[in-house]
Amino acid sequence: MSKKETTYSVNQEVIEEKEYSTLNLGPTHPATHGIFQNVLKMDGEIIHDAVPTIGYIHRAFEKLAERRPYAQITPITDRLNYCSSPINNMGWYMTVEKLLKAEIPKRAQYHRVIIMELSRIADHIICNSVIGVDTGAMTGFLYIFQWREKIYEIFEEICGARLTTNIGRIGGFDKEWSKKAWDLIDTFLKEFPKGLTEFSNLLERNKIFMDRTVNCGPISAERALAYSFVGPNLRAAGVDYDVRVMNPYSSYEDFTFTVPVGTQGDTYDRFMVRQHEMWQSLSIIEQAIKKMPAGAMHADLPDFFLPPKEQVYNNMEALIYHFKIVMGETDIPKGEVYHCVEGGNGELGFYLISDGGRTPFRLHFRRPCFIYYQAYPEMIKGIMLSDAILTMSSMNVIAGELDA
Amino acid sequence: MELLEIVNTKLKEHFAGDIESAEQLYDYPVFTVNKDKVHDILKFLKEDETLNFHFLTDLCGMQTADEKQLGVIYHLHNMPKNYRIRLKTFFDINKPEVATATDLWPAANWMERETYDFFGVKFKGHPNLKRILNVDEMDIFPLRKEYPLEDQGRTDKKDEMFGR
Repeated sequence: MSKKETTYSVNQEVIEEKEYSTLNLGPTHPATHGIFQNVLKMDGEIIHDAVPTIGYIHRAFEKLAERRPYAQITPITDRLNYCSSPINNMGWYMTVEKLLKAEIPKRAQYHRVIIMELSRIADHIICNSVIGVDTGAMTGFLYIFQWREKIYEIFEEICGARLTTNIGRIGGFDKEWSKKAWDLIDTFLKEFPKGLTEFSNLLERNKIFMDRTVNCGPISAERALAYSFVGPNLRAAGVDYDVRVMNPYSSYEDFTFTVPVGTQGDTYDRFMVRQHEMWQSLSIIEQAIKKMPAGAMHADLPDFFLPPKEQVYNNMEALIYHFKIVMGETDIPKGEVYHCVEGGNGELGFYLISDGGRTPFRLHFRRPCFIYYQAYPEMIKGIMLSDAILTMSSMNVIAGELDA
Repeated sequence: MELLEIVNTKLKEHFAGDIESAEQLYDYPVFTVNKDKVHDILKFLKEDETLNFHFLTDLCGMQTADEKQLGVIYHLHNMPKNYRIRLKTFFDINKPEVATATDLWPAANWMERETYDFFGVKFKGHPNLKRILNVDEMDIFPLRKEYPLEDQGRTDKKDEMFGR
């Protein structure tokens, strides 16, 4: 290092001889909740610089999708943001439906809204309770997680799976939801507010929690936009951008809800935006149930909707459709579409190019956390190591989505 | 359609010869532009007062069906007016070079690295153009069509060993 002109000559020697230590955080560090590696340049406990390495669980989804029939791509989308896979499923269906120019019945759209808002709540429960755990508050996590369990029970009742749901079909749903599913939803709507209030009381105005999170890993609105932040992280920085409002899909325009916005863009704001979003999601579900229209659960798309079994056994045409759907031999019109939905952590986009065959020519997932995770080194510069962990969990970076 | 005309008139004014096509595909206006001018056009779209495409929604690569060209696709967004457009540029696969957008949006950094990783597009001026999701030692660009996925009907593999 060259000697600079300086006025503080006494300590100059010391500063010039300063060495930074390198710390390898990850890839399988228990504090990072997923496979993330960061090579940190540390000055004592202060982070000076960070170099993230990603791709540890890369599974070549975009390549795989180029050989799969459209219906079989849904399980791939499950594994993007696996904390809220139904949103990914619905986003993918809507992309294909946009390409097919299909009209989806209102009833199916409202059912989709219920499913998507339930999974948004599940996603936010995970993120917010883990923020609590990283500040040392294990209790909130243990209590609120039973509600995530209840949501998974609803998914299980509707589609048979809990985490990687593959819920619904292109065009709507395969069948009406059972009475048990509606009972579970009713119980959830009645009892979850109690659980969420308990969780809020525990953390929202807790002095220790606030001391840890306020001003921890902040990002300004300008930087957040430059880094293409979306979802709760962008809203925490003060930009009221929500895909559900800007480009309504699946009848979101029928519901009244507010978009919570923060000011500082720090960990506390991100936490609070998610807290308020959970309340909004609850209200959207209630509105959807109240306004539930009558009608079909599926669009008129015989190419994607398995015909009833008795027809398959007795009717030639139904048998042909059944065979074609199961074997994935359905051709899709040529075209290219981009469709985005508001996922658990922001605008989840699907860019699909079809050349008219049974599989996509090219499919690209716009994965929100892949794009905004690159701001992480900037956000943690100059803060403590333990705050960096907290910042990461408050950004809701999901390894599956990050690495595709 | 309205947005298509607004953007098209503006672009034609400033980059008359470089706009190869302008069309409406579903809900998106799509512009194909000359690859040498793509940076200028992006800069113009970002900084123009009425258009103000300040948000880079997505950047990804593709290969054309004849396998002779690669392309880069930009999705831009103007949030206050809710304008969304798609910009495409194509170039020869043997000389896959295009100017970087990292100076306009820091978000382009990893997206360009991903495009390089999978298609081998070299972004001129990128600060750190190396692989991001695949291993550094990889010597192919896996999303190119010349690397097909394994044929499902292969019989030379033994099921008990590969578990199929």
